[in-house]
Amino acid sequence: MKHIDEYRDASLAKKIAAEISRQCNKHWTIMEICGGQTHSIMRYGLDQLLPETLELVHGPGCPVCVTALELIDKALFIAAQPKTIFASYGDMLRVPGSSGDLFSVRADGGDIRTVYSPLDAVKIAQQNPDKEVVFFGIGFETTAPANAMSVRLAKSLGIKNYSMLVSHVRVPPAMEAILSSPTNRVQGFLAAGHVCTVMGCWEYPSISQKHGVPIVVTGFEPVDILNGILKTIIQLENGQARVENAYPRLVTFEGNTQAQKIINEVFETCDRNWRGIGMIPLSGWRINPDFADFDAEIKFDVGDISTEESQLCIAGKILQGLKKPNECSEFGVSCKPEHPLGATMVSSEGACAAYYRYRFINSLSQGN
Amino acid sequence: MTTNPSFEDASCPVPLAHNDRIVIGHGSGGKMTHDLIRKVFLPYFDNPILKTGDDSAIISFSTGSKFAITTDSHVVDPLFFPGGDIGRLAICGTVNDLAVMGAAPLYLTAGFIIEEGFDISLLHSILLSMRRSAIEAGVSIVAGDTKVVQRGKCDKLFINTSGFGIIHDNISISGANAKPGDMVIVSGSIGNHGIAVLAARGELGFDTNLTSDVAPLNHLVKSILDISTKIHVMRDPTRGGLATTLNEIALQSNVSIHLEEKNIPVLPAVRATCEMLGFDPLYIANEGKLVIIADPADAHKILAALQNHPYGRDAAIIGKIVNQPAGHVLVRTEFGSSRLVDMLAGEILPRIC
Repeated sequence: MKHIDEYRDASLAKKIAAEISRQCNKHWTIMEICGGQTHSIMRYGLDQLLPETLELVHGPGCPVCVTALELIDKALFIAAQPKTIFASYGDMLRVPGSSGDLFSVRADGGDIRTVYSPLDAVKIAQQNPDKEVVFFGIGFETTAPANAMSVRLAKSLGIKNYSMLVSHVRVPPAMEAILSSPTNRVQGFLAAGHVCTVMGCWEYPSISQKHGVPIVVTGFEPVDILNGILKTIIQLENGQARVENAYPRLVTFEGNTQAQKIINEVFETCDRNWRGIGMIPLSGWRINPDFADFDAEIKFDVGDISTEESQLCIAGKILQGLKKPNECSEFGVSCKPEHPLGATMVSSEGACAAYYRYRFINSLSQGN
Repeated sequence: MTTNPSFEDASCPVPLAHNDRIVIGHGSGGKMTHDLIRKVFLPYFDNPILKTGDDSAIISFSTGSKFAITTDSHVVDPLFFPGGDIGRLAICGTVNDLAVMGAAPLYLTAGFIIEEGFDISLLHSILLSMRRSAIEAGVSIVAGDTKVVQRGKCDKLFINTSGFGIIHDNISISGANAKPGDMVIVSGSIGNHGIAVLAARGELGFDTNLTSDVAPLNHLVKSILDISTKIHVMRDPTRGGLATTLNEIALQSNVSIHLEEKNIPVLPAVRATCEMLGFDPLYIANEGKLVIIADPADAHKILAALQNHPYGRDAAIIGKIVNQPAGHVLVRTEFGSSRLVDMLAGEILPRIC
């Protein structure tokens, strides 16, 4: 398949992996930000090709995993309301809230629909004028433009029965939070290629300079990821710390300015709770006052719902790169994809699910 | 093993285990379906025949004759999709469940649950499709039942079919018969049916030229049983996909199945759709594919026979059976690394980005 096969070329990947081994002389810890990258690393077993002195830790870039428990509880409440259609991307349906998941609400009679785009939710609103249609607007900078566009579209069409429960999160403040943590181990980042496709790279030089870490914008295919790792290692070994673009076929320094304009028109930055991590200042987007009529939190008056996180699941430590999924005592024992204890096990992008699906076999062969 | 901590705290992110009511994932054909059958159904109906867990029940009489019986209910949205419809599905599903046990399908029954308001001209089209598929398979529909329910009490039309077939001497096929050293063969490209039906719902925002692979496989099965006595396992990987079927076999036979990813046939349209939605073709449903596990001595002969038949043209050897780790399926990637391929957990969920 064009635009995919050339970036999954096994012989090229092995060559880059060999070059990484040649360049990597010290022990380094690199975090891939995005869950899509984690998924690729596990799916293709790329970590099996890397030297032992190079440690990959899996960052907080899975939107399903970091959506705060209280937001899930708000979603469950709204979805259970009569005359309401709750539309969501598929993998949010299995994320546990404090008393169930969206699948259970659906089994109890809630009208919950899986959509592939927020614009589909707007269409549902047009087709069901007697019902409130709420879209669960989650995700990073990648999904924000389409989500913002749906709100703008609904406003321009005069659709009154559409609103969005927004839980948008932003990558740069999360990187800042990880680097500022006293327990931080991350020495270099693979930045999320598709986040940068939208936002560009201009937010990262200040972070790189302030904390002295290389930040390499990286794609998602095996060759892309290995290239990103190689560039990071070369910087680390040479004592450099700058922003480098290893995904130039999609990412420019400015990013997609049209998309950024739509985001700025509909959203405003806000503090945001991250599941397992806690509050990160200015790390989210919410609907701005101009579009308040489309804010489901206001429409359904769910602002008061707040829920404490559990201490039992170590998803938070995993999302910060402090623990690996298989270091959790419940991993693969009581916590499995069909019965997740935490959000990192729910999404196929989540570090635990990726580990479970692709690497559990290692612990089997070791007789655990 | 650690003891389970208490998850009673209201703040704990534990979801409902879905042990108290049915959710959609229980019908996915994956792990949740598996567990529902094992924990809820089996305790009531438990008997040695049911417990084998194969696609048909095998009944032996003291005279030495062996018969296969099976049943399958069909619900699909939309009722008509590229390459087939619910009628063809209802015939083929049951014929194939008999055929993969080595049985020659003979007789079927059909039960119809019809929603009030259903268009009788559509019913004619579906019945014609059933008739054609039954003729193709060489089976007769010898008993039937119809029920009509109020509007909204079912989704247009559900069809249940049961089937009966005869197993000729010297044929012993079961999911428990896979042996280390055996080869794993698939009769063609995987995922066509699931993606064709998904695309036919019109929700994807793009069209594909895919057609469902729904087909009666009994003639294909006969063509390989005629030339080999060393076929140990046959299955048709329907809901839950190839991955779930192979996991079931690995558990039943207590062996490990190792696949070569590059040898698994997947059509470009299926691959592209899966790439876009974050699906894995290994978990997508098929309705006209066979998985065969056979002695390596006969594997190439079987492959050639499959490729000689219109329904097996793209057949390929995709892996082998080994001892360890028993009960698990592994895929070797083109990068030389390996990963575990588990059963489908619950409903297939498109990824967010």
